[in-house]
Amino acid sequence: MAERYSSFAPGGTTWLLQRITAAFLVVVLAFHFFLLHFVNHAADVTFMGTQARMENVGYFLTMVLFLIAGTFHGVNGVYNALVNQGLQGTQKKVVLAVLVIASVALIAQGTYVATVMAGWT
Amino acid sequence: MSQSYNRGLIEDFGRWKEFSAGMWAWIFHKFTGWMLIGYLFTHIAVLSSALTGPEAYTNTIQGLESLFIIRVLEVGLLAVAVFHILNGLRLLMVDLGIGLDTQDKSFYASLVLTAIITVASVPTFMDGVTI
Repeated sequence: MAERYSSFAPGGTTWLLQRITAAFLVVVLAFHFFLLHFVNHAADVTFMGTQARMENVGYFLTMVLFLIAGTFHGVNGVYNALVNQGLQGTQKKVVLAVLVIASVALIAQGTYVATVMAGWT
Repeated sequence: MSQSYNRGLIEDFGRWKEFSAGMWAWIFHKFTGWMLIGYLFTHIAVLSSALTGPEAYTNTIQGLESLFIIRVLEVGLLAVAVFHILNGLRLLMVDLGIGLDTQDKSFYASLVLTAIITVASVPTFMDGVTI
């Protein structure tokens, strides 16, 4: 019979989002690695090449969504790991606040960098 | 129908000798996850060199890529990412209740596939760099 074995409490919104972002990241992370290490060699990356990719609206949106999904998935994973480790009370609230601020800052910075890469600023 | 499964406290790493395949998968997934989110912050920091100007960006990327240690770390990153992806697919299957009886075998398969993909990628990752 099925035995549940997961770090996350099932049924919650973040539990579902962790899985939805996982399914998205599996595809886009593999695409990202393949594009920038096999199709284009990382050592040959130039600003012009990056701009040529990023000014494509579909690529830009995919990368921004990739950043948002990756940040949520990673930071939510870290938060859940710490909760599993026994984090609670005020410490738990402080850690959550720090992680949320770090996530928002990372997404804002990354999105700004992507618009600069695309030449839209 | 899901039931609770008492696997003891994995967070007590002193018990590592008693760990089963599924518990190792849990630890490896967590470890690779920490590395990937740490890398994401570093990645955005490096790419932010684009804010200084096109030349600064190109020089930063190509300067880093000319270093042997960076190439070695990239192979490590690939191994970590591939394992996290493959074991993540395994976890999605577990959540859907598919293949629960062979979850230990799928963990070993994740390790073997990760090793094969990583080794096969070494020539591409190390192309054009010397110690």
